[in-house]
Amino acid sequence: MNPRRIGSYFRIFALGYLRSRIGLFFALVFPVILILLFGAIFSNSGVGHVDLYVQDLDHASPASQAFLAALNQTGVVSVHLVSPQAGNLSQWLLQNDQTLGLVIPAGFQAAYLNHTPVRVTLITDPAEPSSSGVVEGAVQGVINGFNLRAAGGTPVVGLATSQVGSQVYTYIDYLIPGLIGFTILTSPMFSMVNISSEWKREKLFRQLSLTPLTRAEWLTAALGWYILISAVSALLMVAVGTAVFGAHVGITLAAVPFLLLGPLLFVSLGLLAGSVSRNPESAAVVGNIITFPMMFLAGTFFPVSLFPPWLQTVAHVLPLYYLIDGLNQAMLFHSAAAYLQDLEVVAVLTVIFSVAAVRVFRWSET
Amino acid sequence: MYGGSSAQDVTDAIEVEGLVREYGSLKAVDGIDLRVRRGEVFAFLGPNGAGKTTTVEILEGLRPRTAGKVRVLGLDPWTDRRSLIPRLGIIPQDFNFFPKITPTEALRFSAGVFGRPVDVRALLRRVQLEDKARSLYENLSGGQKQKLGLALALAHEPELLFLDEPTTGLDPQARRAIWEVIRSLRKEGRTIFLTTHYLEEAQTLADRVAIIDRGRLRVVGTPEEIIQRHGTGDRLRIQGGRELAQALRSRLEQPVGYEDGYVEVGLRRREDLFAIMEAVRDSGLPWGEVSTRRDTLEDVFLRLVSPEHRDELRLPEAA
Repeated sequence: MNPRRIGSYFRIFALGYLRSRIGLFFALVFPVILILLFGAIFSNSGVGHVDLYVQDLDHASPASQAFLAALNQTGVVSVHLVSPQAGNLSQWLLQNDQTLGLVIPAGFQAAYLNHTPVRVTLITDPAEPSSSGVVEGAVQGVINGFNLRAAGGTPVVGLATSQVGSQVYTYIDYLIPGLIGFTILTSPMFSMVNISSEWKREKLFRQLSLTPLTRAEWLTAALGWYILISAVSALLMVAVGTAVFGAHVGITLAAVPFLLLGPLLFVSLGLLAGSVSRNPESAAVVGNIITFPMMFLAGTFFPVSLFPPWLQTVAHVLPLYYLIDGLNQAMLFHSAAAYLQDLEVVAVLTVIFSVAAVRVFRWSET
Repeated sequence: MYGGSSAQDVTDAIEVEGLVREYGSLKAVDGIDLRVRRGEVFAFLGPNGAGKTTTVEILEGLRPRTAGKVRVLGLDPWTDRRSLIPRLGIIPQDFNFFPKITPTEALRFSAGVFGRPVDVRALLRRVQLEDKARSLYENLSGGQKQKLGLALALAHEPELLFLDEPTTGLDPQARRAIWEVIRSLRKEGRTIFLTTHYLEEAQTLADRVAIIDRGRLRVVGTPEEIIQRHGTGDRLRIQGGRELAQALRSRLEQPVGYEDGYVEVGLRRREDLFAIMEAVRDSGLPWGEVSTRRDTLEDVFLRLVSPEHRDELRLPEAA
């Protein structure tokens, strides 16, 4: 292994990659498109802002104002006022194609001050059970607060919301490690399958074999490039996720082993797929058979825990599953036990596949 | 002149004894003996499928052999390949390079992997490729690609060059440019092992020529020697009819041939031509253009190689 030779080859490999553009598209542009796309689809249907149309028949009394302010502060709903002159709110919602309404009755303040029972009316749509439930919970919470205050009490038991892990995560935080794994899979796989078969036909390996560059040096340079491009891609995805969707994840030190092992694992797998195939066409088929199921079933876009049990079993035999789960542990959940287990599986698979690839992969056709 | 005075310099550049390469039951190379001296241009000729490329690839260390002794610069090209590589410059058949790389980058790469500084500009000028220094390989013409192949083979200053059909498919201009480089390499004292389809190329460039057919060497020697030994000698060629051929046969001792409106008479000595022309005048028959003709390497080649292969020979284009 000679660093000067590795560097010389790395340079033309990188130039060829950058100039061919297709590799660059799949490594950098495509993942960002996926983040923007999936982020846009799923982040907005979260519990962020549900529109609630409120008809205040108490004519903006201090009590009704306070009630609505409290509702707004839950962060769950955003309150929109509907004029009392608009008539029946239920009808109004139908006409305006909305699903959630709240009516504060006339005399709300008077009743509250006199401690006489009074009801606010929540109008929901059975077709939207999740947002209805969320709003109902929020309204109930505000009502409880008002009742407690009216009874002159102070809250004893409070609720601090928290999720698994130390921070509050949204879908985008989950999506980013998945897509980093996705890129670590696709970017080396597609190139290596193509290179290991096509370059034989194109006599490019023969040309390299006329120089002192060794196979091991060639492999090291290519691997170095895929590690670099995967790291750049990962940083780019984190940056876009943070800037556009307010993601909380970052590349932690714990993620680094996966960013190094992942490319080696899939460079090796790509070389194997390309080497066992007779020609570039069948190599592409073999590569796709390996790559596509992994792309979708390894927890890239959706948590594997949402899958039916039999599909979860399938997911657990895919190498990418452990890579993505490991990245999730490293970047989101920080469970040391699960992290180490994933790292172990990825490391063992990487050793197996890379040793096999070095054994099977040849520069010459025969 | 390049190179020092190591003990290996005394030996021949290439020594081959009883070389055999079998593919299953097929003997692609069937017992070849060959010596290439240091500093000579050696042309290796043969029809397609004669075992030419197999032999060259064995010498280059790209293929193992079935049997026989092979020494290239004193080393076994298969087992000592790694120490041999820096001393060999090779243009393989169907040379190809990475499509998105420029000639300048390719030569820098070569300098890096061989660990030897390269004057990229001077080298590109030498192979007449300087105006394409920054074009991507995929945008070069066939001749320009081949010139890059030559530049890559030269970049690390090798002692021995293997040029496998370096001018196949090129236009006459590009071919002549490559010939010029080969001549200058010979002047520098490098050894060149050249395979070619073009007999004119071998005759112009080579110090010695070997012709291989069906895995065996048919003949080895200088082009002159080969033409002397296997050719039919000088002939006087006279434009004229069959009657003229008949008339000359009755008047002369030499063999007389006729083909397509030309009569050919063998010349044992140059002085014979006076007697022949006198016989022509005496016949009173009409005659036209007169020339002397000599067998070319191509004539000999066609006579030597198996008939079924003759059609595959690519004749040189008129330049």
